[in-house]
Amino acid sequence: MELLVNIVLLILLVATAGALVVVRGLLASTMLTSVYGLLCASFFVTMDAVDVAFTEAAVGAGVSPLLLLLTVAAIGRGEPRPVGALPVLAIVLVPVTAALLIIGTLDMPPFGSPDAPAHTHVAPRYLQLSGEEIGIPNVVTSVLASYRAFDTLGEVLVIFTAGVAVLLILATPGQRGSARPRYVPDNHRDPHTILQIVSRILIPFILLFALYVQFHGEYGPGGGFQAGVIFASAIILYGLLYGLPTVCRVVRPAVVEWLSAVGVLIFGITGVFAMLSGRPFLDYSVFADDPVTAQHIGILVVELGVGITVASVITVIYYAFANQFETAES
Amino acid sequence: MILALTVIVLLLVMVVALLRAFAGPNVFDRVLAANLFGTKTVLLIATISYLFGSPDFLDIALVYALINYISVIGVLRITELRNEQQGADG
Amino acid sequence: MSAILEPLSSVCLLLGSFLLLTGALGFLRFADFYARLHACGVTETLATALIILGLMLQATDSALPQFKLLLILLFVLFSSPTASHALAKAAWNAGVRPRDRRGRRDIALPPGDR
Repeated sequence: MELLVNIVLLILLVATAGALVVVRGLLASTMLTSVYGLLCASFFVTMDAVDVAFTEAAVGAGVSPLLLLLTVAAIGRGEPRPVGALPVLAIVLVPVTAALLIIGTLDMPPFGSPDAPAHTHVAPRYLQLSGEEIGIPNVVTSVLASYRAFDTLGEVLVIFTAGVAVLLILATPGQRGSARPRYVPDNHRDPHTILQIVSRILIPFILLFALYVQFHGEYGPGGGFQAGVIFASAIILYGLLYGLPTVCRVVRPAVVEWLSAVGVLIFGITGVFAMLSGRPFLDYSVFADDPVTAQHIGILVVELGVGITVASVITVIYYAFANQFETAES
Repeated sequence: MILALTVIVLLLVMVVALLRAFAGPNVFDRVLAANLFGTKTVLLIATISYLFGSPDFLDIALVYALINYISVIGVLRITELRNEQQGADG
Repeated sequence: MSAILEPLSSVCLLLGSFLLLTGALGFLRFADFYARLHACGVTETLATALIILGLMLQATDSALPQFKLLLILLFVLFSSPTASHALAKAAWNAGVRPRDRRGRRDIALPPGDR
C-alpha cells in the first residue's frame, strides 16, 4: 500500500514538474508550484518526515505561491515566448547536470538502510540519549533547538538577512522606508462581504493554531519555523481581504521590522547568557539546576525567537511586495 | 481494507484534478484544480495517518486546510485586481 | 460498541469515496467552468464530511485524533463553500461566461445581467 502511494505521488510529482516547464502564463505556473509543494509534502508524510512535511506544507505550498502571486500581480501575467536562436549552451548543460546528479544518487545508500552515513554518525547518539538528556518526545525538536542550536541560529540569520535584502532592494533611494506601505484610503469597488465575514471568523483560530504549533513543537510536529509561517499567513489573509492600509494599521510595518530583529536577538542573547556564566555558547544548563528543566526552558526561548523572526520577516516581505503591487496599480 | 480503498480513490481523484490543472483551459480551472487537489491532499493525509497508525499527521492535514483556503483567496484578489488590464486566459 | 461503529465507519468512507468519484468525473467531463465548479464544489463538501466522519468513527486509544479531525471538518465546512464562492465570483468578474453543452459558445444571457 505504501509502495503504491509512493509510486503514484512520485509520478504526479514528475508530471507536475514537466507541466511547470511547458505551461505558459505565470498565474498557471504559480498554481502548479502550489500543487508541487503539496505533492512534496505528501511524499514527506509517507516517508515519516513529519516536521519536514509540516514546513513544506506551510512554506512550499502556502506562503511562497502567495509571494509569487503578488510578484505576478506586480509584473504582469504573460510570459513572452522565447525569441532568437536556440539556447544551445543551456540545452547541453542541463542534461549534463541532470546526468551527473543521477550518477550521484547511485552512490547513495537505499532508503532506510541501517548503514547509511546519516545513521552511523551522530544520529544514534541523539536518538538514544535525547530522552534522558532533553526529555522531550520529539527528537527533531531536540536536535534542532538543542544539539544543533548553533546551526539553527545560522538558519534564522539567513531568514533575517533575506528580509533585510528584500527591504533594501524594494526601497527606492531618497525615500526612506518606501518599502513600507503608504497609508492611502482604501477604495474597494467590490467589497467581499462573504469572504470578509468567514475569514474574520477563521483568523483567530488560525492564530490560535499557530500558537499551538509554536508551543507544541516539543511534543509533536511543529515549532518556531512552522508557527511563524502560519502566523504570517493569517496576517496575509487579512491583508488580502481588507486591503494593505487596513492591515498596516493593525500590524504596524515599523513594529514588524523591529520584531524581525528582536527574534534573532532573543536567540543570540540566549547563547551569550550562557557565555556570561562561563559556559559554552548556547549551553542551556545555566537556566535551571536540573539539566532537563534547563533544556526545556532553553528550547522554549529559542523556538520563540525563531517564531518571532520567521513571522515578522514573512510579513515584512509581504508588505514590501504588496506595496510594489499597489504602487504599480495607481 | 476500506481505508486502503479510500486512499486509492483519493489518489485517483488527485490524478483527475491534476489532469484538469494541466489542461486548463482558463486560469480559473487551474485554480479550481489546485483547490480540489489541496482538499484531497488533506483527506489523503488524514486517511494515511489512520492507515499507517500515526495520528501525528493530522496536524499537517490541518495546516493544509488552512493554506488551501488562503491560496484561493490570494488568487481571487490578484486576478480581480489585474483583470482590468488583461483577459481571463492564461 | 465497535460492532456498530465499524460498519458505520465503513459505510461513511464508502459513500464518501463514491461521491468523490462522481465529483471527479464531473470535473473532468463537464463543458464549462461553472458546471465543473458545481460538480466538485457540491460533492466535495459532503464527501469530505463523510470521509472525516468515517475516520472519526475508527477506533483509537485517545480522543485527540478525533478532536483534530473535528477541527479539520469544521474548517473545511467553513472554507470550502467560501472558496467555491470566491472562485465563481472571480471567474464571473474576469469575464468567464457559461458555455453551451459542447463548451464551444457562450450561452446568451437574459437581458439585465452583466
